[in-house]
Amino acid sequence: MEEKQRVNINVNGGEYSVEAGQNVLEACRGIGVEIPYFCYHPSLKVAGSCRMCLVSIGMPARDRATGALLKNEDGTAQIAWAPKLSIACGTKVAEGMHIVTDSDAVKSCRQSVLEFLLLNHPLDCPICDKAGECKLQEYTHAYGRENSRYVERKNVKPKHVDVMGKIMLDSERCIECSRCIRFCEEFIGRSIFGFVKRGSRTEIAVYPGGDNDSNYLLNVVDGCPVGALTEKAFRFKMRPWFLKVTDGICAESSAGVNTRVWSRNGEIYRVTPRRNDEVNGMFMSDSGRYVHLRFNDANRLRQPRIDSTSCDLGYAVSRCMEILKLGKVAIVANGWQTLEEMFVLGELSKACGAEVYMVSHLGEDDGKLVSADRTPNMRGAFVTGLLKDYPPADLSLLAQKIDSGEIATVLCLRENLMGLGLTPGHFKAAHIIYCGSLENPTSASAKICIPLRSEFEKEGMWINRQWRVQKFSKAVDAPDGIADDSRFLLSLLGEYTSSSWSDTSVRSIREAMVSRITMLSGCADVGPNGVLIDSSSFAGIEFPEGKAYHFKGQE
Amino acid sequence: MAIVVERKRLSWLERTYLPQIVSGLYITLKNFFKPKVTLEYPDQYTSLPAGYRGAPTLVKDSQGREKCVSCQLCEFVCPSKAIKVVPGEISADSEYAYIEKAPSSFTIDMARCIFCGMCEEACPERAIVLQTEFSLNGLSRSELLRDKRSLYAAGGILPDKIMKWKKVKDNSELEGSH
Ligand code: SF4
Ligand code: SF4
Ligand code: SF4
Ligand code: FES
Repeated sequence: MEEKQRVNINVNGGEYSVEAGQNVLEACRGIGVEIPYFCYHPSLKVAGSCRMCLVSIGMPARDRATGALLKNEDGTAQIAWAPKLSIACGTKVAEGMHIVTDSDAVKSCRQSVLEFLLLNHPLDCPICDKAGECKLQEYTHAYGRENSRYVERKNVKPKHVDVMGKIMLDSERCIECSRCIRFCEEFIGRSIFGFVKRGSRTEIAVYPGGDNDSNYLLNVVDGCPVGALTEKAFRFKMRPWFLKVTDGICAESSAGVNTRVWSRNGEIYRVTPRRNDEVNGMFMSDSGRYVHLRFNDANRLRQPRIDSTSCDLGYAVSRCMEILKLGKVAIVANGWQTLEEMFVLGELSKACGAEVYMVSHLGEDDGKLVSADRTPNMRGAFVTGLLKDYPPADLSLLAQKIDSGEIATVLCLRENLMGLGLTPGHFKAAHIIYCGSLENPTSASAKICIPLRSEFEKEGMWINRQWRVQKFSKAVDAPDGIADDSRFLLSLLGEYTSSSWSDTSVRSIREAMVSRITMLSGCADVGPNGVLIDSSSFAGIEFPEGKAYHFKGQE
Repeated sequence: MAIVVERKRLSWLERTYLPQIVSGLYITLKNFFKPKVTLEYPDQYTSLPAGYRGAPTLVKDSQGREKCVSCQLCEFVCPSKAIKVVPGEISADSEYAYIEKAPSSFTIDMARCIFCGMCEEACPERAIVLQTEFSLNGLSRSELLRDKRSLYAAGGILPDKIMKWKKVKDNSELEGSH
């Protein structure tokens, strides 16, 4: 990587060396000096409209005639301060720049900006879903006045406006930062929001008529610094301060969008993007936010079953082993297994001589954050050696082998065999063991059903379309009676191999995997940004995804 | 290391314990002739001082509107986790639709409540108020679980000067006021 240029700046009297090319706001954030801001967004163009980020900026003074730097009597550089405050978001750092963020002028500016913003604000925090994560609230606490001097009547603006059935718009809360406008124009590529009216009556509005929907619309909710745009699905569900946040990876596609999963008492309330500039920036798709709804009460597999009769988990697992021991085993899996599970599956297939059939799930590549491969970890199957070629979307080969009697037992993980080429006749001809989180036609007619955890109920790693290994953590506990995936797979493996796994945690599988697979040697402890692995050995394989999308945003 | 404290040797008179018994009886006798300060509760009752913190209740405004907007601040602040609020939405055709939010369920576990008054202090709507009821008992724990209905029944009405829900809905109503 090329060495980034650096400049020396002085912030509140302290000397710092920072990366050149960034704005004052980011540079100060980098050295731990907070500058409050509303309209600035790291991924969007600078609008400079809120004026919350005003600071004093000065440059070393030069002699007009000679251009030489002027010195004070004590030999220090003379600073020519800008006569008025400047916006930190719209000013780039430069060599010798002096910045003051804590002077009385700066403080009074912040206070006045907040006072103006609150003039017509409805002050309805108790009923606002943004409360607790609202910039206006936080800054008013930190920099604002404690009382209001406004005695006139407040403006009335449209409230309770539905935007494409996804968002609730409350214009009275809007502070006219234009982030939502810029996001739609720059990221979605279409104008969806806009300002109407003027002055203190300015309102945010949606373009009448036209196609205002997009699979990325909900990002404006995360971006809105106040509660003007709130998510309808999360409306009045829970206050954010009750929610526990865990780091997740979106299972929607191989894009591997980094997420935050917000839960309370085992219930997931919402999923929002987590910033990873290498993968998804600060955004995610709307559909990805609702992936957790796949695992709802109605379609959850909760009980182990043998021949459609509920039974004890231990008994189901032992029956499972008996059947597998009969031989002629095929393992069916897909890209929803974690890397660790794939590793164990690989060992298992080697140990019992089973053939592995993977199934691909393809969709349309939207060119942004939903890729064509709709499983999160197909590349993991290549790395763990389960796959040599990109798999087909059906199992006609497996069906033939069952017909010819080559396969007598199918261990199916999280896949719906019916509809992939297998018919009820195949379910009679072979023993089908279904292991998964959801009820489906396969679970309805499988010989044995083992309930497994969903990706929100376990930890693991996935490899996204960039060959980036990313880790996700467990957000909620699995319902009672559901098998621990890693323990289940290891107990199957333990039947065949002498290697005993005293520790059945995901972590211990990960350690074994990392030491066994050289490609993953750097992945024992992947950080929040993930680890890119060397994929050159898979260069010949044709993957369905388009180029990984990088939204850089323009300054 | 243990420290050995030397005990004072008691004198002969002290060892008889008679001075102690006599002085104790003297105190008893003195109080015997003083006026009584105790109350024959529950047969007798006294008025409670202002600001007394009894059981928390939910109150309505003078229109009979529920004031709570289910902001869950009381639930958050409650040190004994006695409060459970499930937020809900006021339907758009309601007279109070402007308020938008109201609890769909609200329970206080009186077996957990320690009458600290933090909920009343945290409430931005003055909707939860500790009143004078202090004798809370039941035959089971669930009897001490108060739901929205019983909380409102116990709370009654607390008039409010501001009628937020009556807010002007349109700028034209304001014409001339600028
Ligand atoms: S709705 Fe939100 S994001 Fe859009 S301009 Fe208003 S405050 Fe900014
Ligand atoms: S009085 Fe204290 S303990 Fe009782 S409900 Fe209120 S906050 Fe909780
Ligand atoms: S009683 Fe008050 S603090 Fe508690 S939820 Fe209702 S409005 Fe909020
Ligand atoms: S952040 Fe709004 S003007 Fe700089």
